Amino acid sequence: MNDNDLNYWGLDYPPLTAYHSLLCAHVAKLIDPTWVELYASRGHESPSHKLFMRATVFIADLVIYIPAVLLYCFYLRDGSAKRRVAVALCILLYPGLILIDYGHFQYNSVSLGLALWAVVGLGLGQDLLGSVAFSLALNYKQMELYHSLPFFCYLLGKCVKQGLTGRGLFLLLKLSVTVLLTFALCWLPFLSDPGQVLQVLCRVFPVGRGLFEDKVANTWCSLNVLIKIRTILPSQIQLLCSFVLTLLAALPSSVKLLAKPTLWQLKLALVNSSLAFFLFSYHVHEKSILLPALPVCLLINDLPLMSIWFLLVSNFSMLPLFMKDGLLMPYVVTTLGFLFFSVYLLSALERTTVAELRLESYQRLTHACLPTLNLCSVVKWKFFLSLVGMAALSLASMLLDPPAALPDLFPVLISVFSFLHFLGLFVYFNLVQLTEPSGRKNQKKAN
Amino acid sequence: MAAPVTNEWKWFSALALGVSLLKCLLINAYHSTDFEVHRNWLALTHSLPLSKWYFEDTSEWTLDYPPFFAWFEFGLSHLAACFDSEMLAVQNLNYASPATVLFQRLSVIVTDVVFIYAVKECCRGVWDEKRKDLLEQPSFILATLLLWNFGLLIVDHIHFQYNGLLFGILLLSIARHFQGRHLEGAFLFSILLNLKHIYLYITPAYGIFLLRCFCFTCSNADRSVQWRSFSVLRFTVLGLIVLSTFALSFGPFIALGQLPQVFSRLFPFKRGLCHAYWAPNIWALYNVADKALTVLGVKLKLLDITKIPKASMTGGLVQESQHSVLPSVTPLATLICTLLSILPALVHMWFRPNGARGFLRCLVMCALGSFIFGWHVHEKAILMAILPYSLLAVEQKEDAGIFFILTTTGHYSLFPLLFTAQELPVKILLMLSFTVFSFTSLKQLFRCGGRLLSTSEAVYLLGLVPLGLVCECVYPLTTWQKSFPFIPLLVTSVYCALGVIYAFIRLYILLFTFTDCGTEAKMKSQ
Repeated sequence: MNDNDLNYWGLDYPPLTAYHSLLCAHVAKLIDPTWVELYASRGHESPSHKLFMRATVFIADLVIYIPAVLLYCFYLRDGSAKRRVAVALCILLYPGLILIDYGHFQYNSVSLGLALWAVVGLGLGQDLLGSVAFSLALNYKQMELYHSLPFFCYLLGKCVKQGLTGRGLFLLLKLSVTVLLTFALCWLPFLSDPGQVLQVLCRVFPVGRGLFEDKVANTWCSLNVLIKIRTILPSQIQLLCSFVLTLLAALPSSVKLLAKPTLWQLKLALVNSSLAFFLFSYHVHEKSILLPALPVCLLINDLPLMSIWFLLVSNFSMLPLFMKDGLLMPYVVTTLGFLFFSVYLLSALERTTVAELRLESYQRLTHACLPTLNLCSVVKWKFFLSLVGMAALSLASMLLDPPAALPDLFPVLISVFSFLHFLGLFVYFNLVQLTEPSGRKNQKKAN
Repeated sequence: MAAPVTNEWKWFSALALGVSLLKCLLINAYHSTDFEVHRNWLALTHSLPLSKWYFEDTSEWTLDYPPFFAWFEFGLSHLAACFDSEMLAVQNLNYASPATVLFQRLSVIVTDVVFIYAVKECCRGVWDEKRKDLLEQPSFILATLLLWNFGLLIVDHIHFQYNGLLFGILLLSIARHFQGRHLEGAFLFSILLNLKHIYLYITPAYGIFLLRCFCFTCSNADRSVQWRSFSVLRFTVLGLIVLSTFALSFGPFIALGQLPQVFSRLFPFKRGLCHAYWAPNIWALYNVADKALTVLGVKLKLLDITKIPKASMTGGLVQESQHSVLPSVTPLATLICTLLSILPALVHMWFRPNGARGFLRCLVMCALGSFIFGWHVHEKAILMAILPYSLLAVEQKEDAGIFFILTTTGHYSLFPLLFTAQELPVKILLMLSFTVFSFTSLKQLFRCGGRLLSTSEAVYLLGLVPLGLVCECVYPLTTWQKSFPFIPLLVTSVYCALGVIYAFIRLYILLFTFTDCGTEAKMKSQ
């Protein structure tokens, strides 16, 4: 513990990641001990070692994420078998996760898969299993906090619905004990010394870093283009501002979920909450867009066009990262594949009536000023224009050199373009969640 | 048998797009020396005049395809100049800049358009109106079996070759014969022969078929030939088409007096009986038998160890070799064996023609017979039997069973071509997906007719799994890998040879016992 150089990519994820790495290291040691030497293996990249590490991502995917997707599609979806397979295929084809996990190299499929297991558990009525799964997800990557508010509100809402004096209280107690036990189990080796716990928390939540890093498609970075808030406001005010705005943005959807804890509301709340965190939170990475992307994947069958649009933009927003990693060909191939197959398999461009796109609230707003406006064709046109814009910006970033005065031109354009889309879709998903009337019976079909 | 309107072919576009995107992902995968071969040909056709094409030998990879392919490379070389003109210098041996790799890979992917079109034409011929579910539609299954064929994917897009283009022309020629457009079919085949002369293997099938079913316009009631119905006009037109194609191809070289040199490049018989990686044919079994008898003979002191030539056959090098115990095999012997093996099929087609389907069956048997008995056969040549046979496999249960055995063993025998660790997951996953898909779809298609495979066949095929595990994963970690590196290749070849030869025998049995009452109706509608 003492001869560890914390500045060389020190461990800054919660304990479960550490245990996973330990497991992989034991396997690695069996194959070739030089791979796991503390200092000597720095920067080691032999072909067989690369194959081993990529294989660990694949195995984690196979064991955790893919079964969760398949279970979700087969147990929590209505429709013919072919429809379910099509939905499963589209979710698995989402390029963002594939490129980040297998290209950039991360283990997002573990934390996202565990979160998905939690959704599946809650959807099947297994609240305890769901909470265990989510606690594990949280102990794997602290970014899952983006999803924690909806889970909390859903479970609390369910307890309240069952009556706070009686079954509800009993459920609340069971859930609290389960969660605390799971946390305790994960943190067991560190609980012996409170100093250690604090140290882990310090590494896991590095508040010393800035409001944002690099170019990310959220409010602060985009605002920074116009007014340099990073330099104007002191860092304490920045922290406070982002904290308050994040909570305000996530509040409406959480309150609605508390009042009406159904699976459909949970999925929408996951989208809204994680998107709120992404847009307003402190020190957000562009990879954090995967956190809203997962719940949007779950909506892909009910709101195909808007979900596919969001997923494409989320993938596009990470283009500067992919370019740095040399992933251009996989980016183009997987994006094109996802676009064509999801639109074809889910008939996204045919299911575009006002009711299917849930544009009733927009229609009420525009009805006053522009009564003859065909909202559906407007949406379709915006989708096509958006695709053209993404294609043009992608090609420009790949083929053209930026002018010398503005070296970051393309990443900035990409992040501002994505930010505007995220903001628009954030408003849309919030409206869909909030305007759903309480106690609508036929909503069950849409689950 | 009318094919549906165009808007019902969206699934075909989806399949074609999906496989093309997959091919793009394989651009930076391992490529074999065939990559350098084609780069060299781009260079020499671009930089040198026609008269030097078949004489140039700066590189060891001399031009050994017929002239039309050389012209094809010449055309490509002009596009290559836009990517990286350095690849067009003949002395830049083993030049493989990223632009070169991108260009060559893209050229294979783009020329696959011919293959996609040919598959579409073939699928139109097997559309079954009675099947409403797309996944049980023979056209859909055929399209997937051809477009996503594992062997073609790894040979063309990883190992690197232009088989997509060539098999596209072959399948298109077959489709034209199915549609009754025989002159077009013959023309396409002549072009194909002038692109790659390996298709000489199936020329007998074409020759006999065109003579019997096209030049003789009528048959008697018992399907014997009506000698008087010989159409001189048809024969002449056919002959003109074929001869003019060959004249266009070889004409310039005949004029330059280079024909012997061209032929010596096209038919290099100095190479050995078996290719470096031992195609799974009868000679692999012959070699193993010879080795086994040698070892046995030495142990039993029947042979003198000093008189036995060094084990050069199993070294994995391409050279001539002698057998120790069994008689040595000459190119002429292999030719005679090949002709003997395909003769019954050709004779059967002459006396009992069965239209285009009979022709296709005969073609597959010629390809398979030449594969099993030929001289210096590449294991890639199994594709010449597998791809056309897919058309028959979706129409009849017995064919489906034989097809599955042939395809699985044939594809597995291609594994040694990709020996790098990085390609291991790709080849295993693609092979598994293709095998599982072909088995489940064919089983579902013919579920009314009984079992697709017998128990012993299933056991044999399942034996490929432990074989694969041992050869790919277990053996390289043992100490024998250093001293006997050829053992996995040998075992793979022998095991697969059994499957391939078994498929050949079953094909013959099917040919002679097949009662084709149902096909007369099909013949009339062609």
